[in-house]
Amino acid sequence: MSTAVLEDKTAAPSGPRSVVNDFSIHVATANGSGSMSSNNILMRSIFQMGIPVSGKNLFPSNIQGLPTWFTIRASREGFIARRRDVGVLICMNPETAHEDVRTVHPGAAVVYEESLNLKTLRDDVTFYPVPFQKLVLELVHDGKLRRLAINMIYVGVAAWLLDIDMEEVRRAVVKQFKGKEKAVEINNRAIQGGYDWAAANLTKSDPFRLERMNATAGKIIIDGNAASAIGAVMAGVGVVAWYPITPSSSLAESIIEYAKKHRRDPVTGNPTCAIVQAEDELAAVGMVLGAGWAGARSMTTTSGPGISLMSEFVGLGYYAEVPGVIVDVQRVGPSTGLPTRTMQGDILSTYFLSHGDTKHILLLPGSVQECYELTIDAFDLAERFQTPVFVMTDLDLGMNNWMADPFPYPEKPIDRGKVIRTEEELKAHISKFKEFARYRDVDGDGIPYRTLPGQIDNMAAAFFTRGSGHTERATYSERPEDYQANMERLARKFETARRHVPRPVLDGSGARVGVLAYGSSDFAVQEARYLLARKGLRTDSLRLRALPLTPETFAFIAAHDRIYVLDQNRDGQMHDILRLEVPDAHVARLRSIRHYDGFPLDAETVVEGIEAGEKN
Amino acid sequence: MAAEAPPKTAPSNRIGLGVKDYGGLKSTLCVGCGHDVITRQITQALYEMGVAPYKVGKMSGIGCSSKTTAYFADRGHGFNAVHGRMPAVATGAALANPQLLYLGVSGDGDTASIGAGQFVHLLRRNVPMVYIVENNGVYGLTKGQFSATADLGSQLKTGVVNDLPAIDLCAMAIELGCGYVARSFSGDMKQLVALIKGAIAHRGTALLDVISPCVTFNNHESSTKSYKWAKDHEEAIQEIGFVPYFEEIHVDYDAGTTQDVKLHDGSHIRLKKLRADYDPTQKKMAFELLREATEKNEFLTGLIYVEPEKKDFLSLLGLADEPIATLPMERVRPPREALAAMMEELR
Repeated sequence: MSTAVLEDKTAAPSGPRSVVNDFSIHVATANGSGSMSSNNILMRSIFQMGIPVSGKNLFPSNIQGLPTWFTIRASREGFIARRRDVGVLICMNPETAHEDVRTVHPGAAVVYEESLNLKTLRDDVTFYPVPFQKLVLELVHDGKLRRLAINMIYVGVAAWLLDIDMEEVRRAVVKQFKGKEKAVEINNRAIQGGYDWAAANLTKSDPFRLERMNATAGKIIIDGNAASAIGAVMAGVGVVAWYPITPSSSLAESIIEYAKKHRRDPVTGNPTCAIVQAEDELAAVGMVLGAGWAGARSMTTTSGPGISLMSEFVGLGYYAEVPGVIVDVQRVGPSTGLPTRTMQGDILSTYFLSHGDTKHILLLPGSVQECYELTIDAFDLAERFQTPVFVMTDLDLGMNNWMADPFPYPEKPIDRGKVIRTEEELKAHISKFKEFARYRDVDGDGIPYRTLPGQIDNMAAAFFTRGSGHTERATYSERPEDYQANMERLARKFETARRHVPRPVLDGSGARVGVLAYGSSDFAVQEARYLLARKGLRTDSLRLRALPLTPETFAFIAAHDRIYVLDQNRDGQMHDILRLEVPDAHVARLRSIRHYDGFPLDAETVVEGIEAGEKN
Repeated sequence: MAAEAPPKTAPSNRIGLGVKDYGGLKSTLCVGCGHDVITRQITQALYEMGVAPYKVGKMSGIGCSSKTTAYFADRGHGFNAVHGRMPAVATGAALANPQLLYLGVSGDGDTASIGAGQFVHLLRRNVPMVYIVENNGVYGLTKGQFSATADLGSQLKTGVVNDLPAIDLCAMAIELGCGYVARSFSGDMKQLVALIKGAIAHRGTALLDVISPCVTFNNHESSTKSYKWAKDHEEAIQEIGFVPYFEEIHVDYDAGTTQDVKLHDGSHIRLKKLRADYDPTQKKMAFELLREATEKNEFLTGLIYVEPEKKDFLSLLGLADEPIATLPMERVRPPREALAAMMEELR
C-alpha cells in the first residue's frame, strides 16, 4: 500500500474498510484479442457515473498475441495520472498471469480465468476465479465471436464487483458499437451473463467500490491525437503530409476523418485540405515546406525516428524561413527504442534540430485540451515567424483517453503573418520601405515580409528560396557580413518569438520549493503536490508550455530556493536546456527528477524524487 | 536606349512578352556546360508557349543542374530544396497551388542516387510538373565522382572504370507510370525545345532525361557522356514537331510516316517516324526499345512514351483548381456548429 490517499482510506475508523472511487483497474490481455472495446466500455461506464476517470493502454509493438495491459483509474479527486498500485486486476492473459498477480499490491482484488489456478500464488489479495471459457460457450453461440465476447464477460463481472450501474454499461455498449444492432445485442448478452454469474457465485470481500458522483457532466473523453487533429482542422490546415509511425498515425487518420466531414468548401463543396501519405518522413516534411512556401497552412505528424529523418529539411525551413507545423508524438528512443511506450525524449534534439545554428519554437501541450489549442497556435506562430514550429506531445497524451471539458471555439482570427498578397500591397510596401527585400528586417522584430509564388505579376515580388547563403534580397551570397547579419536577424526573430509563445502556467506562491514540469507530466505533478502538501511540504509549480523560455520562467527560478525539474527522459533534457539559459547564479537551484521506464509518470515517482531531494 | 530611330519592335509571344522577359541571372557554370544550353531551350519553350513567367514555380535540388533555375524566368519564384528532395517540395507546392507551372531541374546525382526514393514516388503519384534531368553521369560540384547514370565501363579522367550498371531513368519512369517520357541531348536544340513544349502541355509528371556533357569532368575520350560521344552516337527515333493549342493545326498528314498525339491542353505533337513502326503510346514497345538500346549501347533520343489521358495526382485527390493556399478563413475554419458536433460525439 503506497499512496497517501490509499493509506488514508484504510485508516478510516468505522465499519469494513471501503475504498470508493479511488483506485485503478488493471486489465491484462493478449493484444489483438479485441479487449479494447471491453476496456472502453468499462471506462465509459465509470465516466457516465460521474466519476473522474482516465484510461491508458500499455501495449506492445505487435499486432496479435503479445501481452497488453489497460489501466483505468477512477479518482474522485480528479487525478488522472497513472497510478502505480493496482486495486483491481483482471487476468485474462495466461502468459502473464503469474507475473501480473505477483506484482499487484497487497489488498488487491484479482479476477481471473478459473483454469489458470492462481489462488495459490498469494494469500494477501482477494481472488475471484471466474469460468470465462465455460461461460462464453453458453452465452455466445457463434464460435467466431467467442474470442472477442469473452472480454465482455469480464466487464459484467467487474460491474457486479465494483457496483457499476448496468444501465450505464448498456449505454456505453450502444455508444461503442453505434449503429451495429447485432453487436450491441451479443455484447450486452455477454456482459449480462458475466454480471449474473458473478452475482450468483461470488462473495464480495474486497474494499473497492464505485459510487455515482457528479464530476463528469458535460465532459468529453478524447485522446490527444484526436484533439490535435481537431485543432489542425479548426486551424484551417490546407496540406497534411505524413508517414505512418506509432504513436502518431492516429493523428493523421483522425484528420482524414474530421476533414471528410468538416473541411468541405462552403462555397464550392470541394475539399479544402489535401492529405497525402508520403513515402517517408523526409518527403512528408518536404511537402510541408513546399506547401508552406506556396502559401498553404501545412503540417506533418511523426515521432522521434521521423524527427531524426526530418533534420536536414527542418534546417532549410529555419534558414530559408518557410512555415510549417510538425507534431511530434514522442515515444521511447533511441533508435527504434520502445515504439509503443511514452517518453519526452526529443526535447533537446528538436529544440536544436539540424546542423549549423538552429533553434526552434516548441509548443508543449500538457493536456488534451492543449493538444487542441496549441496545435491551433502552432499554425499562427509558424506563419507569423515563417519557420517550422513543433508541437511536442507524447504517446501518453496522444494515444490514451483523457477526460476534458469540451474544446472552446477558436475566437482569435487566423494569423497569416507578414505576407504581401497583391500588387497594391506590394506597391504600398515599396513606397514605405523603398523596395521589397525578402530577408530585410524592416520592422525591427527580425521578421521579414514574404510574397507567395504565382500571386503577383511583378518582377519585384519574385525571389529565390534557397538553403545556401543569401543576402537580404534573397540572392546567393558567401560574403561573411551577409551571412552574419542574416544569422543575427534570425536570432532577433527568435527573441521576438519569446514574447509571443504560450506562457507557462503557474500555481501557488510563496513556497520555497518549486516544481517545474511540462507536457504530460503535469497530471502526476499536481497530484504529487497535493500529496506533499498533506505531508506538510508546500510547493509552487510552473508548467512550461513552450520554448523558448519566457520571462515568467526566469522569475520563477529566481523566486525559489530549489526547483525540481521533471523530465520523462534519462538525461534531464529540459533540465539541460534550463541550465543553458538561466543565469549562472541560479543554475545550482535546479534539480532534476527523471522518469524513463516507458510507462507514464505517476505521482509517487514525483513525491519520492522531491522527498529525496529535500532530505539532502 | 537610343532615342533617334523608332525602336524595332522585338518579336513577342501571345501574351505580349519578348524572349528576354523569360531570362534570369547570368550563369555561373563552366563555359561550354551543356546545362546552359538546356537553360536556353527552357527559356525559349516558355516564351513560345506564352507561359506567364510569374506563374512558373522553379524547383530544384542540389548540384550544378539545380543552380540553373536561377538562370531563367526570374519573374517567377524559385525553390532550391535539399539534395534529392525537390520532388517532395514540388508536390507540396502543387497541392497548395495547382495553378502554377512547376518546372523542376535536377541532375543525375540528385535524381538517380540521393533522390531516387522521392523521384520514384513523384512518378508514381503523377504530380503535375515538368521534371528535367540534366544528365552528365558525373558529380560536378564535388569534382567528378561517378553518378548512378554513368554507363557500364565508362571511365573517369583519372582512369577509374565504372563497373556498375547505369540506371535508365526513362525505363524507370515508364515502369512507374509516368505519362510523358523523353530522352534528348543538349546538343540537339530543335528536338529539345519541342520536347519541353510538349512537357509543358502535358498534365502530369513529364520526364525529360537530357544528356548534358560536363565539360570539366566528363568530356574525355573514354567517357560515354562526352559531347563528342553523344554527338556521334545520337540517333533520334522521331523528328518532333509541336503545335501549341493556340495555333492552327493542319489536319492532313501521312499516317504511315507521321504520328499525331493530342496532349492534355489541346496541343499536338507530330512525330515523323525515323524508326519504322515505333509507336510511343505502346508501353511494351517503349520498354523493348530501351532494353535494346542498352544492350547495343545505342543513344536513342525522342519521345519514348506518352499517355496523355492519364489522371494526375491532384485529380485523384479530388482537389479543385482553386488554390488551397489562398482560401480565406471563412472557407477553411469550420463553423461553431461543426465543432459542437465533434464535441457531442465525444461526450
